Amino acid sequence: MELTLDRITHRYGGMAVLQDISLRIPAGEILCIIGPSGCGKSTLLRLLGGLERPDAGQVLQLGDPPQGCLNPLTYVFQDFALLPWRTVAGNISLVLEDHGIRGRAARAIIDDVLGRTRLSGFADAFPRQLSGGMKQRVAIARALAVNPAVLLLDEPLSALDAQTRELLMEDLVALWTRQPFTGVYVTHNLAEAVRLGHRVAVLSRRPGRLREVIGIDTPLADRRPGDAELETLQARLWDMMREEAVAADQELLNA
Amino acid sequence: MPDPRPVPFRGGGFSPVRIRWAGPAVFALLLALVEWGTRSGWISNLTLPRPSDVAATLADLARSGMLWTHLAPSLTRLAVGSAMGVIAGIGIGIAIGLFSLIRAGLVPLVAALFPIPKIALLPLFVIWFGIDEGSKYALIALGTFTPTVVATYGAVDNVDRTLIRMGQSFGLRWSSIVAKIVLPGALPGILSGLRVSLAIGIILLVAAEMLGAEHGIGAYILEAGSLYDLERLFAGVVILSCLGVATSWGIGVLERRLLRWRS
Ligand SMILES: Nc1ncnc2c1ncn2[C@@H]1O[C@H](COP(=O)(O)OP(=O)(O)OP(=O)(O)O)[C@@H](O)[C@H]1O
Ligand SMILES: [Mg+2]
Repeated sequence: MELTLDRITHRYGGMAVLQDISLRIPAGEILCIIGPSGCGKSTLLRLLGGLERPDAGQVLQLGDPPQGCLNPLTYVFQDFALLPWRTVAGNISLVLEDHGIRGRAARAIIDDVLGRTRLSGFADAFPRQLSGGMKQRVAIARALAVNPAVLLLDEPLSALDAQTRELLMEDLVALWTRQPFTGVYVTHNLAEAVRLGHRVAVLSRRPGRLREVIGIDTPLADRRPGDAELETLQARLWDMMREEAVAADQELLNA
Repeated sequence: MPDPRPVPFRGGGFSPVRIRWAGPAVFALLLALVEWGTRSGWISNLTLPRPSDVAATLADLARSGMLWTHLAPSLTRLAVGSAMGVIAGIGIGIAIGLFSLIRAGLVPLVAALFPIPKIALLPLFVIWFGIDEGSKYALIALGTFTPTVVATYGAVDNVDRTLIRMGQSFGLRWSSIVAKIVLPGALPGILSGLRVSLAIGIILLVAAEMLGAEHGIGAYILEAGSLYDLERLFAGVVILSCLGVATSWGIGVLERRLLRWRS
């Protein structure tokens, strides 16, 4: 299944947040979205997942979600969004119950996704007993449980420390390598963008316009921290971000 | 070089710890003080009865069976009245929390009902529901209803919106979101509201029984008071306090059961 943004424009109370964004999200690829703070990245993701309606333009879905897909467009949130009154297994079973998956069938799915996120021993733990990185892995496991066609991730690693972030990036790469998924990955962190993105979309300052889309050919599994080519790319992205920030300051001065 | 010394600790406090002995100790200390004061003549018998005499009165009351005669109708009234008030209050509070139209329609009404001293309405309730149990149930029900409503919709409003968004993003049914996200999230607030509601229920119970009941703790206290029988008056007050402690303890048990995920 493929998603297409068709000339999306969105405003909040007269303030334009996104302007005329057209973008294709091909199946089996991760698209990273970066842009200055407040440029509408989270808004774009909410529009993509149908949690909000765009003022103009539309989000189009091409093709049908694959067999056995319970929730085609699935989010992973920055703050994990786990229910504190349910155990790890309970949090995952939450998203299966409405599909009538209970008991042994649910158990099988839960065991599978916990295994894939290296959480097998923690099915009966409550979220408060877990570290931040483990909580986010639970959230990723929960997203995998519904077998999504597209994963929508809004700064999934920004609440975590640098080491945990590095480990989770490797986890995400491993998950993708085992079974490629379509992902839209919003981040502030340029290193994450060049590590995880098959393409990186750069948005301008608010109102967010599509500034550039950069493709990265190196396979995800071959990308290492400190890779020269990725470093160059990251520097280029950083220059763009800085230009946007300087321009935003200038606009404030002139206003 | 000055001597090294440990950095002063200033991080304690602000987190409740369970200390079992402190509550009983305060009671025991106060009772011992009054007992000593009345025995030594420092407190006159007209000011305060001797705690041991009050205890003897209570024991007599229990032995003669009159304790149960007064307690049973009181407990029934409290249970029936507050059950009606609390159930209706939670139901309507949740409805206010979930539906904007109901909120717009009912919140002003609740705000108008809340500050009315419900005891002032007892004559009205007697006309509507009769002098018997009906009017007492209604009084207690209305008295527990308003604080329960306010606590409940406040608790629903305070449920983390990102959790609700999460439920929607996974395509959960509306009923599932309410049952599995909104209600458990609101439960802590509802239970702490229940503490207040039940205390108000006990106050209204006594008021209602003072204004017309043959049996009941309120009637017992009123009779003792009109005879200036301080021992019996205080015996009645002790029973009420025990009732208060018992309900509060009951809610504490409920909280520890239902909110185990919190600690
Ligand atoms: N529900 C809303 N109502 C009104 N304004 C909103 C709403 N959501 C976002 N905004 C505004 O829209 C703009 C874009 O917000 P958005 O959260 O999409 O930015 P972002 O790019 O994700 O920012 P950040 O990088 O800080 O997460 C901001 O100025 C924000 O204040
Ligand atoms: Mg954001």
